[in-house]
Amino acid sequence: MRSAVIVFPGSNCDRDMAVALEQATGAKPHMVWHRETELPDGLGLIALPGGFSYGDYLRSGAIGANSPIMHEVKAAADRGVAVLGVCNGFQLLTEAGLLPGALLRNAGIDFICRDVALTVASSQTAFTSRYASDEAITIPVAHHDGNYFADDATLDRIEGDGRVAFRYAESCNGSARDIAGIVNEAGNVLGMMPHPERMVEPAHGGTDGQRLFDGLVQALG
Amino acid sequence: MKTRIHVTLKNGVLDPQGKAIHHALESLGFDGVNDVRQGKLIELDLDDNVSDADIEAMCKKLLANMVIENFEIEREAA
Repeated sequence: MRSAVIVFPGSNCDRDMAVALEQATGAKPHMVWHRETELPDGLGLIALPGGFSYGDYLRSGAIGANSPIMHEVKAAADRGVAVLGVCNGFQLLTEAGLLPGALLRNAGIDFICRDVALTVASSQTAFTSRYASDEAITIPVAHHDGNYFADDATLDRIEGDGRVAFRYAESCNGSARDIAGIVNEAGNVLGMMPHPERMVEPAHGGTDGQRLFDGLVQALG
Repeated sequence: MKTRIHVTLKNGVLDPQGKAIHHALESLGFDGVNDVRQGKLIELDLDDNVSDADIEAMCKKLLANMVIENFEIEREAA
């Protein structure tokens, strides 16, 4: 499967994401600079990596969401190409309107950087098929603005449609209903604050993130 | 022409930074502060022919996130 990692000024998890994708797909992903106006042909997966695109100026992800390549990412998502946004990538996806809601400053104000316990809320997505529903997994977070917010009607809708992929097992950053990751209506776009690419080999302290990438490769062929 | 955009968090959206400022004011001994909400002030220097509709579009597309924020446009009289 051909994959791409979008690189913004201030991205800092792009290379970790590339390593995880190469490990899962067997091929190096295309690293695509955000000023590009075209994506490589035949992509099965586009990853928006963690970091601090544009220094988090204005709002986290707000400037990067308007980068030229995001027009192509939106078009690809509309065609059904899988899009994975991690951390700043999740913020970019909400700012770009590809996912509902917004990521606010953590309720406790502190930057949170540690392993967290997650619950797989749904194994019925292309991203979570290698997990069991309600399974407890451990994946690190590293963010200042990870407090997921949406109005109650939106939260009810995404919960009712089974679009919550991951929840924090215990309150982490103030997120509404402990939401750590959600998919879009079509199920091909996932945004999550925890970093699965930082849990893909035993030296990382665990491999709970690996199954997300392996499941994707299997689901997307 | 100078135009100021005031961006504020919507009611009900948690503002931990406002809370921290509130606590700091209290610890400095200032009484009577009931609540603090932090927002942003963005100053634009615009050509005279930029319309109100253009400014509103700027706010909705970029300067404010309508999921969590409100904005107010303050145009300086020409």
